[in-house]
Amino acid sequence: MQPRPFVVRARRRELADTVTLELTGDAPLPFSPGQFNMLYAFGVGEIAISISGDPAQPEVLRHTVRAVGRVSEALCGLRRGEGVGVRGPYGTPWPVAEAEGLDVLVVAGGLGLAPLRPAILHLIRHRQRYGHLVMCYGARTPADVLYQRELARWQRAMQVEVTVDSPVSGWQGSVGVVTALLPRAAVDPARAVAMVCGPEIMMRFVTRDLLRMGLPPERIYLSMERNMKCAIGLCGHCQLGPAFLCKDGPVLPWSRLAPLLSVREL
Amino acid sequence: MLTEDGLEALVGALLRRGYRVIGPTVREGAIVLDEISSAAELPVGWTAEQEAGSYRLRRRADRARFGWAVGPHSAKRLLFPPSERLLSVRRSRGGLVVHGGVAQMPPQALLGARPCDLAAIAVQDRVLLGGAWADPAYQARRERLFVVAVNCGEAGGTCFCVSMGTGPAATAGFDLVLTELIDPDRGQPSYLIRAGTPAGQEVLAELAGRAATPAEVEAAAEVVARTAQSMGRRLDTAGLHQVLTGQPEHPRWQEVATRCLTCANCTLVCPTCFCHTVEDTSDLSGEHAERWRRWDSCFTLDFSYVHGGSVRPSVRARYRQWLTHKLATWIDQFGTSGCVGCGRCITWCPVGIDITEEVRALRGPGGSA
Ligand SMILES: Cc1cc2nc3c(=O)[nH]c(=O)nc-3n(C[C@H](O)[C@H](O)[C@H](O)COP(=O)(O)OP(=O)(O)OC[C@H]3O[C@@H](n4cnc5c(N)ncnc54)[C@H](O)[C@@H]3O)c2cc1C
Ligand code: SF4
Ligand code: SF4
Ligand code: FES
Repeated sequence: MQPRPFVVRARRRELADTVTLELTGDAPLPFSPGQFNMLYAFGVGEIAISISGDPAQPEVLRHTVRAVGRVSEALCGLRRGEGVGVRGPYGTPWPVAEAEGLDVLVVAGGLGLAPLRPAILHLIRHRQRYGHLVMCYGARTPADVLYQRELARWQRAMQVEVTVDSPVSGWQGSVGVVTALLPRAAVDPARAVAMVCGPEIMMRFVTRDLLRMGLPPERIYLSMERNMKCAIGLCGHCQLGPAFLCKDGPVLPWSRLAPLLSVREL
Repeated sequence: MLTEDGLEALVGALLRRGYRVIGPTVREGAIVLDEISSAAELPVGWTAEQEAGSYRLRRRADRARFGWAVGPHSAKRLLFPPSERLLSVRRSRGGLVVHGGVAQMPPQALLGARPCDLAAIAVQDRVLLGGAWADPAYQARRERLFVVAVNCGEAGGTCFCVSMGTGPAATAGFDLVLTELIDPDRGQPSYLIRAGTPAGQEVLAELAGRAATPAEVEAAAEVVARTAQSMGRRLDTAGLHQVLTGQPEHPRWQEVATRCLTCANCTLVCPTCFCHTVEDTSDLSGEHAERWRRWDSCFTLDFSYVHGGSVRPSVRARYRQWLTHKLATWIDQFGTSGCVGCGRCITWCPVGIDITEEVRALRGPGGSA
């Protein structure tokens, strides 16, 4: 699979280390919420980055990238008009179709909100197809809260709960870990679907609490992260037991993940 | 039947057809695969003694060309080379210009592929061509590969193809297949040759052979029967999936981790291991970049690196990943075992770790399967 040439159309700084890129290419790139692309920074490398744009607007490709290493730093440093290579979309989507007729509980930690944004936009656009919609979001500090302005907009269509680990003076919202928000979620666990994305340790704690609330394991979906080089099931890097997380995932139900994640260092 | 000279005619016929002929030849103390231009470069009168962690060339009393079991190289090198360029990219005013595509190269003929090698090619076919995304570089080479197989007349000390159902006789996946028959008095070989495809038939028709006698056909069957009886090792595959996936905390994983050096030799010599990494580089001008693919190994820390650290920091977890993938989860993924019983990983492990021995130990005390 060969990268397609895209160009940076707009670049917005979201957080101190995080940038959202809007890319355009020779043709639109239709995708399902939860899927990712392999983004290529010229001469530096290629990494997996979730699509954070609106699935109803595939002509603008949007990615939110945090600079943590060589490639992500190069991507964050791109300026308007510069070229970037794109392969995708890859991977399994959030279960937005299966969730129709049910309540949806979206749980995000940190940058985990980026891959969930397309799902949230889809849920809101088709609001009448779903029951209660709730989002619980945890960030480290108020300065780490992603998409701040949009959160207020989403609040009109769904219940939005935000918490930070370390507040600063003036922060009016909740303080503490994201699991503390879950009891406030107005969903019926027996008829709800959960979509969870964040650091693996956070997803484990959230899942434990969701199971306690009574959500069935097959309706708790997590987006998993592993080293990915090819994204098409050929390089072997992303294996988690029998699963290739690039093509069998990244989004998988807890019923599939539980036996695998119970083994240390699998 | 072909004589010793017939082998030379075979090499000539392949060269005339434009193939690069790759065959076994002696280099630096081992029988490896390399380009040959004459049958004289085959390992005439050589054999190799193989044991866990050791490989030694020995002279034979006869003039056999194929009187040895597999060496460190396999067909993987021909079809899926250790490194290759996937892309070259240029920066232009309008953005990036990407050139991919598979480089044109002469078709290859592999002379002397063993039955386990054929099985390994079939496994790699499933992995690299059988899914939703076929690997174009592999596909291009694979489609043009001509295979001359050889039934095994001598089992290596680390072979266990009988356990894996892949040898010592070739049943499919070849254009031509040879069985080497040695005249016991004069030590001179002759070759029973049979075509497996129309392409093989065409080459065969050019060779000045004669029809085999019933006695020769019988002698050829005896050769492989004898080899099957003298297998160096065996591996019990009954319930193997559960033995591996069902006991991730078996104490043997910790024990083998104290011996394993994580050198990755086993994965590099394994004819089915397909894991690779991708490296992007740019030249000094910064205007031209390339993407290369290289063999990688689950034994390295980098292999499972995600920001913050490796998913499998312990040697125990990395050895467990290799063996469990090879013998168990490979079946879940591709409907076939990842092991063809060639024994290479046993011979070329510097500390002599033996996967048949590890499986035996995992069936033993301390586990739950
Ligand atoms: C399915 C998926 C979706 C992702 N979505 C996003 C996103 O929307 N935004 C975002 O900022 N990040 C995302 N990531 C994480 C992102 O891929 C890593 O931050 C990135 O690979 C780090 O590369 P680097 O070269 O900058 O860092 P380095 O630390 O230098 O990494 C070296 C190499 O290790 C591998 N690697 C390191 N960390 C990861 C990781 N977490 N996941 C996979 N491979 C890794 C890569 O091959 C990388 O090139 C996602 C990862 C996956 C698997
Ligand atoms: S695991 Fe060892 S014996 Fe099995 S195919 Fe690979 S190298 Fe050969
Ligand atoms: S098993 Fe042997 S060959 Fe394989 S990584 Fe360990 S020491 Fe190296
Ligand atoms: S990323 Fe290469 S196999 Fe999944």
